[in-house]
Amino acid sequence: MAYSFPEEVLEHVFSFLSSDRDRNAVSLVCKSWYDIERWCRRRIFVGNCYAVSPEIVIRRFPELRAVEMKGKPHFADFNLVPEGWGAYAYPWIAAMEEAYPFLEEIKLKRMVVTDESLELISKSYKSFKVLVLTSCEGFTTDGLASIAANCRHLRELDLRESEVEDLSGHWLSHFPDSCTSLVSLNMSCLGSEVSFCALERLVARSPNLRTLRLNRAVPLERLANLIRRAPQLVELGTGAYSAEIRSDTFSNLADAFSACKQLKALSGFWDVVPSYLPAMYSVCSGITSLNLSYAAIPSSDLVKLISQCQNLQRLWVLDYIEDSGLDALAASCKDLQELRVFPSDPFGAEPNVSLTEQGLVSVSEGCPKLESVLYFCRQMSNAALIAIAKNRPNFIRFRLCIIDPQAPDYLTLEPLDAGFGAIVEKCKELRRLSMTGLLTDRVFKYIGSHAKKLEMLSIAFAGDSDLGLHHVLSGCDSLRKLEIRDCPFGDKALLANAAKLETMRSLWMSSCSVSFGACKLLAQKMPRLNVEVIDERGPPDSRPEGCSVERAYVYRTVASRQRLDMPDFVWTHDEDSSLRYS
Amino acid sequence: MASASDCISQTGPGLKERNYFGFSDCSSVDRSTVSSAHLESKNNMNMKATELRLGLPGSQSPERDSDFSLLNSVKLDEKPLFPLAPSKDRICTLSQKTVASGNKRGFDDTVDGFSESKTTNFSEGNWMFNATGSDPGQAKLAGNVISIRPSGTQLAIKSEVPAKTLQESTNKIIGTNTANAPAAKAQVVGWPPIRSFRKNSLVTTSKTNDEVDGKPGPGALFVKVSMDGAPYLRKVDLRMYSAYKELSSALEKMFSCFTIGQCGPQGAPTRKMLSESKLRDLLHGSEYVLTYEDKDGDWMLVGDVPWEMFIASCKKLKIMKGSDAIGLGSSSYQVLLHFKAKKSLMYPCFVWDLAVYQCFYKESFRPDYGSDVPECFVLMSDISFICLLAFSCVFLECLLRLRLYLLFILNLDFLVEAQ
Repeated sequence: MAYSFPEEVLEHVFSFLSSDRDRNAVSLVCKSWYDIERWCRRRIFVGNCYAVSPEIVIRRFPELRAVEMKGKPHFADFNLVPEGWGAYAYPWIAAMEEAYPFLEEIKLKRMVVTDESLELISKSYKSFKVLVLTSCEGFTTDGLASIAANCRHLRELDLRESEVEDLSGHWLSHFPDSCTSLVSLNMSCLGSEVSFCALERLVARSPNLRTLRLNRAVPLERLANLIRRAPQLVELGTGAYSAEIRSDTFSNLADAFSACKQLKALSGFWDVVPSYLPAMYSVCSGITSLNLSYAAIPSSDLVKLISQCQNLQRLWVLDYIEDSGLDALAASCKDLQELRVFPSDPFGAEPNVSLTEQGLVSVSEGCPKLESVLYFCRQMSNAALIAIAKNRPNFIRFRLCIIDPQAPDYLTLEPLDAGFGAIVEKCKELRRLSMTGLLTDRVFKYIGSHAKKLEMLSIAFAGDSDLGLHHVLSGCDSLRKLEIRDCPFGDKALLANAAKLETMRSLWMSSCSVSFGACKLLAQKMPRLNVEVIDERGPPDSRPEGCSVERAYVYRTVASRQRLDMPDFVWTHDEDSSLRYS
Repeated sequence: MASASDCISQTGPGLKERNYFGFSDCSSVDRSTVSSAHLESKNNMNMKATELRLGLPGSQSPERDSDFSLLNSVKLDEKPLFPLAPSKDRICTLSQKTVASGNKRGFDDTVDGFSESKTTNFSEGNWMFNATGSDPGQAKLAGNVISIRPSGTQLAIKSEVPAKTLQESTNKIIGTNTANAPAAKAQVVGWPPIRSFRKNSLVTTSKTNDEVDGKPGPGALFVKVSMDGAPYLRKVDLRMYSAYKELSSALEKMFSCFTIGQCGPQGAPTRKMLSESKLRDLLHGSEYVLTYEDKDGDWMLVGDVPWEMFIASCKKLKIMKGSDAIGLGSSSYQVLLHFKAKKSLMYPCFVWDLAVYQCFYKESFRPDYGSDVPECFVLMSDISFICLLAFSCVFLECLLRLRLYLLFILNLDFLVEAQ
């Protein structure tokens, strides 16, 4: 049977498929579908930049318009990955320069981006539109200047929490007067002052501006003028929210806010002076996302603000909110979907605010749509976790961090196995879980048997033996990312579940009991896995066999296992002599 | 049970060992094998001690190797107990001592420390160890070598102890700062899991809010360290150190791989041969200088200000070549230099100050004589340099004065500037 749809029809059908998974499935049907699909794929997402090489991507997808990529593992955020490990964006950008002249979007997360890369981006692509750098590092404001100056049709410049070497604020002035296409600008991670006139003019000539996130150096007095020029803003990040208490500043600000009828998200709020918060009350009823995680606002003012935001869906806040504030939140924001509570004084020995597990319990009771939680607290009990699980079985992301590692249930002094067990048992749709506290192998047994949809698991200072790891690797069917630190997991579980590792994106184990011999064996057994031993103490074979490696990072890859940019503290399998690690 | 004479004949040559306790055959054979094993391991240990490795400060050899850690710790602890100098036939010397003092426990413990597999032989038999507490010297060894129990548990404990020391040492390696913790708790790297971006914002937020409260700063303070010529930079946690010396030795260790690459033709062989002291000379012998960027963006030499002030103002570290660092310095010094350059001709005493300051205070300005030149020669050359400068100053002064005298006394008009 040679009947088939003409290519154009199939292409048209495929254009309705936006999800990568659907597209991947489609390309597996037959050879002709594979070919058609690869020619019409416009966006790709590479979850691990070392899982594939630029050449392979370019060969398969010749007509890309948008590339999204992630580099370092998640624990790099907490300084567990040494500097110089890798994740350089330049090779990708250099390779894509020739292959994709019409590239429009580049989104990178946890990669090292240099000024050369940014310059190359700005000069190579004629219709470049979107640049999003999340938690990236390695570039300076000069790189930003070249992006601003050369990208004529720039729509989004988003530097979320990147580490930028701030040489000056002049980069903003490099936006040409002809640039009117800006839709989103996020410079909240920068430190230095930009020219306010340039900023105001830029905002004024960008009628499509929807997102504007300022940095701390923009004072409150300037904010009113900026907002006034962009009443169509949907997301606003303020600068420093403090000024001398003056009625004219206040009224100015209040008027400016009231003109923004479409404002949905607010963030920023460094150095808050609470008396200026009421200036925002006019927009609060429409606000769905509120990020106060840099704002030291006492609980009473927070409550007043939050009770105005009836439609709040996402709240990021410091633990100054305290249990009383969370009670108020539960009472007034019934649409709440995501809550993140960050610690204001994580290194203090004693708690400085009265935030306990009770706050989370009341929020889980009061907010029926709550599905994502990140909660830092100092005490937790099994009873509370069981109550939370019962109240809110629709959790998708549950990340709990008790400041003291290995803290037991503070009421009974038992491990928190039962509590987390209840969470995984009741929350059937749980996709992401981070656990802390005193945990034994039992909790891993629960996870292995119940958490069938779990995709990402973060473990620290938990478990007793290899059995824990074995439960997780053998039981969690959907597991994609597993990151472990300081747990007594060793070789046996790792080697027994070697095949599982190929179905996952990556496995990170640091300060565990994995020996170098096991890493070698694993790399030999599984040719599609790259087992990186990251050890700053020197060559691993100089130490005896039983000694554990500092960190092991195992990920599946179709690229060469000896990546060219490996620093000298990383060891991987040497292809030439299968028994020797170079 | 072999007789005493048998035992003596089986021990190594040149030893006058008296075996008063009727140790069994196997024990003496083992003893010799143990001594050779000890020799071997000692040699290995020496090699390891000179081998360069990238280790965090505080990570001495015990952390690298559980077996060697027992060895080292036993060695270290035994010095006060057995003041005889450690020699090749260490065990025999010790046993002589034990024989003389009648303290059999010490000997057994030493041997147990070196050979795990031999414990079964020793533990069975006619001599019995007393309880743990009875020997005060025991307590010191017991922490590292728990060998008082009978064989079965002994092996079990053996395997536990390495794991524990390894766990402790891995904790040390990941930066538990027990010695220098300002807060009551020890800090663990990357805990609590908060992004550095957020941590830094918290610091400045809390500083502005509680100014009165003199609480010590939060956990880690990571700054980037770059080095001229190195392909990538590293990060160090300044709060892990309490003095400049610790920081510089940590950085030496961290960047040793780069300097070796420059001085040796091939990487691996020279690594082992280069001792730590030579490396230090390389780094300190005006080849590389440690500088930092402060809050105002100025590059300064590390070491001028008190340590606390340094960590409060340091944003970045850089190891630059000595030649690049000339002209760099503490701000006061730079001002002084500028001032002095202008006035030196008129005020010879400033030149003197400059010379003294240069030669004695700032090592980086000292001419590079290389590392195998004795200190006294360096000192002499400094002194001669100063004398030269002093003489030239005096000479210049005399010239100036001479001009005045000639004007007055000889009425030589041509020495006066034209009106």
